[in-house]
Amino acid sequence: MIKAEQKPMDEILRYINPYNRILLAGCGACVTVCHAGGEKEVALLASGLRMARKKMGKSVEILEATPARQCEPEFALELTETIEKVEAVVSIACGVGVQTVVGHFPRIPVFPGVNTTFLGETITHGVWEERCQACGNCILERTGGICPIARCAKQLFNGPCGGSSKGKCEIKREADCAWQLIYDRLKNLGQLYKMEEIIPARRWGVESRDSGPRRIVREDLKV
Amino acid sequence: MKSGSNLEKILTKGLFAVTGELGPPKGNDVSVVKRKADLLRSYVDAVNITDNQTAIVRMSSIATSSLLIQMGLEPVMQMVTRDRNRIAIQSDIFGATALGIQNMLCLTGDHHTFGNQVDSKNVHDLDSIQLIDCVRTLRDEGTLLGGEEKVEGQIKIFIGAAENPFGDPFEFRAVRLGKKVAAGVDFIQTQCIYDMNRFKEWMRMVRDRGLHEKVHILAGVTPLKSGGMARYMAKNVSGITIPDEIIDRIVKSKKPAEEGIRLCVEQIQELKEIEGVHGVHIMAIEWEQMVSQITEMAGLLPRPRVE
Repeated sequence: MIKAEQKPMDEILRYINPYNRILLAGCGACVTVCHAGGEKEVALLASGLRMARKKMGKSVEILEATPARQCEPEFALELTETIEKVEAVVSIACGVGVQTVVGHFPRIPVFPGVNTTFLGETITHGVWEERCQACGNCILERTGGICPIARCAKQLFNGPCGGSSKGKCEIKREADCAWQLIYDRLKNLGQLYKMEEIIPARRWGVESRDSGPRRIVREDLKV
Repeated sequence: MKSGSNLEKILTKGLFAVTGELGPPKGNDVSVVKRKADLLRSYVDAVNITDNQTAIVRMSSIATSSLLIQMGLEPVMQMVTRDRNRIAIQSDIFGATALGIQNMLCLTGDHHTFGNQVDSKNVHDLDSIQLIDCVRTLRDEGTLLGGEEKVEGQIKIFIGAAENPFGDPFEFRAVRLGKKVAAGVDFIQTQCIYDMNRFKEWMRMVRDRGLHEKVHILAGVTPLKSGGMARYMAKNVSGITIPDEIIDRIVKSKKPAEEGIRLCVEQIQELKEIEGVHGVHIMAIEWEQMVSQITEMAGLLPRPRVE
């Protein structure tokens, strides 16, 4: 799922400085799971902002709302009535949610309250790690189900660099070397031959974000 | 001949090659290049020109290689994929060969976070194996990567790459060399060798795969200057292993620098005897003045003149 982290309070306070009444909008999906932008975090951040503003001698009224999925128009539109009552919105959904609100409410300023960080998995309670770069052409079949694009610091396609040492990456000693993981996994599966094949240069310019924002059109689903 | 470079001729004739290394200045001070070039001249067959090594910004490897040619030495231009996409890579190869550069080393490059521009965006459009394939395509097919578009002129380049027998997983290291050979590499320079047993074991795996007959392997050596340097490298540089007895030998020596040179010479003599090792790559980093002594003591002088 999408992972995010709350921005520093000072930064959020700077965004909302000119306003006296705002909406703090969370999201019930990914950012709830990673404890960055769900209903609970909306309540905590709202009370933190209220206290900070009170201390500054500049009270602020904060309305709270957490639609089930801020990135889906029908849920984002649930905010319509509340947004009419405020001067600005702080969204603690991911960057997609922020932009859905922006797209449907053209006359109100919308600020991000989190940094959207990566597509990742939960390692243990309170720890998440990047797993996917949404590169547009999945190669997990060739790499034992472990992604070197997301997990190798150099995005190598053809095996580990010289800095792989005792299973760890030289860039971050606490990080596993993705290619060591791939090697171990393919060995367990009896598929080490896959590491002998050269993976040719990727078509980044056609398949990935480098071609501009990507779009999926499903004719069978269009109404 | 693939490029007709001095290095290619020496290796093709079956002579034992010697290459050196020159790190360009952190600016445009040509006198630094000249000073180092003078220390290496006539002691090595070709000189690697590093490409912003450890991601520290330096004079470009193409420009420095070109200066080296003007100074009468043969460069091995290093090129990393960290900083260039395939447009820049192929354009730079056109330019480099036009300037007379005939050897090239294809590398991924040290990660940018090790250097002095940690906020930069790394590229990695290609990896080192894909870069080898790209250069071979330019040279042998006369076309750009992934297309039929013809190159104007002829790209003549002797293609090199690096391999680290001390990186993990160890059992994959010879397989990885095989991938580089399949991609079209002509010569290999290894990471600096201190753990001779592991290197010999790697060479055995290389020979088992018949790779020593398909690629020229130059064994990398770096003379140790001091006990501190030995300890630092062993502890902090991933992919370099230094056995304790070597660290002890340098640490306990009354004249560690002299001992480091003696050790380096012994290593070269041992490496020369290994089947499949066709040369040595001497990386005397900021210690270029010792290359004359090392090559002399190791019996590598005078360097052959080949036509």
